[in-house]
Amino acid sequence: MSITVYVPRDAGALSLGAEAVANAIASEAQQRGLDVDILRNGSRGLYWLEPLVEVSSPAGRIAYGPVEVTDVPALFDADFLRGGRHALALGATEDIPLLKSQQRLTFARVGIVDPRSLDDYRAHGGYRGLDAALATDAAAIVQIVTDSGLRGRGGAAFPTGIKWKTCLDALADRKYIVCNADEGDSGTYADRMIMEGDPFVLIEGMTIAGLAVGASYGYIYLRVEYPHAQRALEAAIASAEEQGYLGSDLRGSGKAFRLEVRMAAGAYICGEETSLLESLEGKRGQVRFKPPLPAIEGLFGKPTVINNVVTLASVPTILDHGAAFYRDYGVGRSRGTLPIQLAGNLKRPGLVERAFGLTLRELIEDYGGGTASGKPVRAVQVGGPLGAYLPASQLDTAIDYEAFAAIGGMLGHGGMVVFDDSVDMAAQARYAMEFCATESCGKCTPCRIGSTRGVEVIDRIVAGDHATRERDGVLLRDLCQTMLDGSLCALGGMAPLPVLSALDHFPEDFSGAVEPAAT
Amino acid sequence: MKRAINITLLPDLPDEVRSVVLDVTARLADMPGALLPVLHAVQGALGYIPPDSVPLIARELNLSRADVHGVISFYHYFRSKPAGRRVIYLCRAESCQAMGAVILEKHVMARLGVDFHQTTANGAYSLEPVYCLGNCACSPAMMVDDELKGRLTPARFDAWLAAEET
Repeated sequence: MSITVYVPRDAGALSLGAEAVANAIASEAQQRGLDVDILRNGSRGLYWLEPLVEVSSPAGRIAYGPVEVTDVPALFDADFLRGGRHALALGATEDIPLLKSQQRLTFARVGIVDPRSLDDYRAHGGYRGLDAALATDAAAIVQIVTDSGLRGRGGAAFPTGIKWKTCLDALADRKYIVCNADEGDSGTYADRMIMEGDPFVLIEGMTIAGLAVGASYGYIYLRVEYPHAQRALEAAIASAEEQGYLGSDLRGSGKAFRLEVRMAAGAYICGEETSLLESLEGKRGQVRFKPPLPAIEGLFGKPTVINNVVTLASVPTILDHGAAFYRDYGVGRSRGTLPIQLAGNLKRPGLVERAFGLTLRELIEDYGGGTASGKPVRAVQVGGPLGAYLPASQLDTAIDYEAFAAIGGMLGHGGMVVFDDSVDMAAQARYAMEFCATESCGKCTPCRIGSTRGVEVIDRIVAGDHATRERDGVLLRDLCQTMLDGSLCALGGMAPLPVLSALDHFPEDFSGAVEPAAT
Repeated sequence: MKRAINITLLPDLPDEVRSVVLDVTARLADMPGALLPVLHAVQGALGYIPPDSVPLIARELNLSRADVHGVISFYHYFRSKPAGRRVIYLCRAESCQAMGAVILEKHVMARLGVDFHQTTANGAYSLEPVYCLGNCACSPAMMVDDELKGRLTPARFDAWLAAEET
């Protein structure tokens, strides 16, 4: 009987040579006359161990990693196909402590199933949420999602059920479900991992959303930087259509839902929901005024639910296990689990799905293992390029939307980028303004002009003497306030957060050039 | 959006460009919001979107030239000039910065002898900045065409380049 060897096809694993490892295992097995079946799964999210190779055994999967091509002959010599001892052996995958301690609901199948196989998806509990949704009516689905306490995981944390209710109540001949897969924030990759590792869960979530609000067509707006996710999604959509999980008659219910992947074109602003809709309509991705809300007047003027990948991918679990099951995880008004993405300067970067409530310190020290460089943590940026830089003294903040708002930050999409003490915070503040200037859609003045002026003022502060620093410091704060108050969307409205937090917590970095000695 | 009225004003186009545009628009023009898919397909086939093709694209989609030009110039991914044989997208975002992207960026520029948005003199490589490739757990990252690379260092970049050139 053949032995199954799992080698991830996740883009992150591929970026570390997983393709070559898979090929090496196949050819080594052939040379040795061994019957090996290589399955290309998603990533478990333990990126410091990628490429992570797993071998099936009667007692579960056995992990080896990180595996390089040159390790492959030695692994065969050590009889890794039967769990043999080797320096890279990690034991049973499920028992790896940093995986075992996680609470994987949305990521339950990522890294486990074959992302190209609908049968495998169903064998691991897939499409039970859709069955539950088909057995009830639209209002009941919306009620379950509302009761679960699920909030938008893309960053704004708006209650999903309320959004769906608004769309359900809107009268129209046509409605749309749009998935925001324009995951542009640095430090975030949860959307990508789902789309590559378990694409059917997103398809199922969108189908349920369609049933909930009466929409029969959905778009996945996918960033062009994710070609691997595109291939995984398109393959999954094709097999879902073939087997009646998408199309004009969902599982014989008479209800229709179709899905299409649309590629973005490298504009960060298109992660903002209204510019995303503009882009889907074939226009420049410029932000729209709200109201009208997209749920009432969205894509092509029709009521539209627009949700992030992780939000939609959390829905099948909620429908399958019930609202209370999901709501019982978490703290305060942050219910359920959050897939947290550890990135930047860390020994063990990777995905950690846990209920809300654990602290930044637990994430960075216990899961992340501290900095990769071994130097002290100086700053953590949470929530992407528009998130605040937190100093080491705030590491005891809990992962909770309200707790982050209370310290002037935002949890956003759950990405954490760690910097060691070599970071120059004035340069990071400048970068935040520069990024905003590059990516501004240009519709509103505070963002379009303010960001450019911001770069200039920071340059003057860093280069200037004491008097200019004082004066320009006041000017920079004033400018930030104008952007916060006057911008049309979150880009201009939040780009000041990293700047102000850098000023507040790391003022010493703005003291610039050493002043010439008085003569 | 206005219709391009006088079709006789369309500039002369090389046959290849004309046939690519007409083939793409024949397939995709009826999609709702077809412009981005059309531009992706044209760039996919030709490697860039020739400015001379804009009037034809506009006519086939019943848009104005300004609409089409405005969209091409808005999105970083669309290019109006041919790229090198391979396009290197180097990540400049925070996670990669925390792992030495700035040093890497300088190294890559010096090694290729180009700045961002430029193509090497021999036409082999174009260098483009990108703000996050979603490979933040394996920073710093770059993508060459659609091949992703992680945990890059100046030495690993040189090794990759050397392998490319043999």
